[in-house]
Amino acid sequence: MSQSVRTRVQQLRELSRPDRVFDFMLPAQSPVDVRHGPILYLEDVSVSFDGFRAIDRLNLTIDDGELRCIIGPNGAGKTTMMDIITGKTRPDSGQVWFGSRHNLLTLDEPRIANLGIGRKFQKPTVFEALDVSENLELAMAGDRRVWKTLLSRLDGAGQARIDEVLETIGLSGERHRLAGVLSHGQKQWLEIGMLLMQRPRLLLVDEPVAGMTEPEMQRTAELLTRLAGQQSVVVVEHDMGFVREIARKVTVLHQGSVLAEGSLDQVSSDPRVVEVYLGGDEETNAC
Amino acid sequence: MSHATLEPRRDRSRQAFLSRATLITSALLVVGMALVLVLHALPATHPLHVSSATVALLGKYFTYMLLALAVDLIWGYLGILSLGHGAFFALGGYAMGLYLNAQGTALPGWQGLLASFPLAALAVVLAPGILALAFGWLAFRSRVTGVYFSIITQALTFALMLAFNRNEMGMGGSTGLTRFSELLGFRLASDGMTVALFLASGIAVLLAFWLCRAIVVSRLGRVAVATRDAEARVRFLGYRVEHVKLSLFVVSAMLAGIAGALYVPQVGIINPSTFAPLFSIEVVVWVALGGRATLFGALLGALVVNYLKTVLTGAMPDAWLFLLGGLFVVVTMALPRGIAGVLAWRHRQEGAT
Repeated sequence: MSQSVRTRVQQLRELSRPDRVFDFMLPAQSPVDVRHGPILYLEDVSVSFDGFRAIDRLNLTIDDGELRCIIGPNGAGKTTMMDIITGKTRPDSGQVWFGSRHNLLTLDEPRIANLGIGRKFQKPTVFEALDVSENLELAMAGDRRVWKTLLSRLDGAGQARIDEVLETIGLSGERHRLAGVLSHGQKQWLEIGMLLMQRPRLLLVDEPVAGMTEPEMQRTAELLTRLAGQQSVVVVEHDMGFVREIARKVTVLHQGSVLAEGSLDQVSSDPRVVEVYLGGDEETNAC
Repeated sequence: MSHATLEPRRDRSRQAFLSRATLITSALLVVGMALVLVLHALPATHPLHVSSATVALLGKYFTYMLLALAVDLIWGYLGILSLGHGAFFALGGYAMGLYLNAQGTALPGWQGLLASFPLAALAVVLAPGILALAFGWLAFRSRVTGVYFSIITQALTFALMLAFNRNEMGMGGSTGLTRFSELLGFRLASDGMTVALFLASGIAVLLAFWLCRAIVVSRLGRVAVATRDAEARVRFLGYRVEHVKLSLFVVSAMLAGIAGALYVPQVGIINPSTFAPLFSIEVVVWVALGGRATLFGALLGALVVNYLKTVLTGAMPDAWLFLLGGLFVVVTMALPRGIAGVLAWRHRQEGAT
């Protein structure tokens, strides 16, 4: 009897311990924990659309601060992979973890974005009816709830952050121009700038240099290399010249799974990669 | 002309609450109301005298302007084309109609509660608000967008029209609610009441205009515009697009409800034809003609089209619908930004030279 009372008291004490917070009272956005491993971890992920296996038992890990290039022929599942990470598509099976704490498969797009995963679309997507600095302002990390958004004003710190990012993406002179009148390359940079305003831990960048001129491409390469280290960056790209410029580690996707991984030289000398992706005359080009 | 004027310049003052257009519109509304009052006070024999009937007509235009504002808030700035906003207008109207009917006679059941003005006023905003909340929650959560959303709003207002046509609804069936006598203890059919309702409607338009302006220039307003143009991008920036849509949709429905409530005592009747899909489409035409995504354009469009309607349905009643349709086609093709677009363009031209 007294034993059970003591247990009960023990339980009560445990419940009312002042130095602890109940799990359900913790903010949903606990920080990303990368002490024990990679920032992004995909295991055995598969998804099919109408019987077509877009992603087939994909395994991928991205380390904190890494700059990773993902290449692969059309239909290799690159964009689908990004859709899965950002919550747009749910895989049929497998696991996706952000840090060691956040199971991305249980979260939706806004929550994943607020955890610190930024995504750049293949086609530059900026808000054309707003000017450049407004585009950045909307992307700024902050409380996204409707009421807070209605009442929020741009403060000094926010303005400073916008100036800083404008500097980084080289659009300081264009801050009051409508995003719609920017050149293609400038839109791409603006979109990368918007991702930076979110202060993401992980940037997913889909074909950043498609349609860019050579000097624009150079600048984008510089921009992305500068970002790596502060945050992890995953770049999906077709353009081998660009990949050579920025890549430290390359992952080759083929038919929804990883075909090869390593430095660009390693993967481009891998006979399987040469066969499926680089092809005859492009082989010399890539090596 | 210098090179800089060749590209659309961003007018920074547009971001401030008190832009040029806002000041001019507010001033026009106030001056217009004052002018009507002064002219109405002139002796009836005076050539510039404005009759009671005209004051009531202008009051009705004000309620249409308020409705147009509600539609423009979500269509112009958020890209949600509601072809069923007449439903919210009508619900506000029915709430007011029940209140008016409850004066002097005891209505059965819950309708009796609306005999109290504060409760009726609450119902005027809550009935459309709750319907918009439930409907919008289902639609936006399922990511129903574009033309699909427009179609289901048509279905919504059509379903309500059928329901309110039935006598079992207790809303007067196809006749609707009419034969009102008193509002707040004053006789409706009096000159003072006509003027009071005209003023109340005008002030409601002014306040709603400022409210919409405040929303539009806030960061939420810019998130709305961003959602209109690139919804997926907004979502990946971490905003809950469905919450943004839902909140503005509810605000818009409530404004429409207030417009309906002001409309009913001035017109003296509310019946299911207000739920007719055609009416809701007409409202969209007003906004399109005036200039979508400019608040003063919505006000202007509602005023101009309804004035034309009053004049032309008197002169050639059969031709009106053809004219309205033709006007819509011409404006959409020649002036995609409506009358407001022309005014803004003229303004820029003057600024450039």
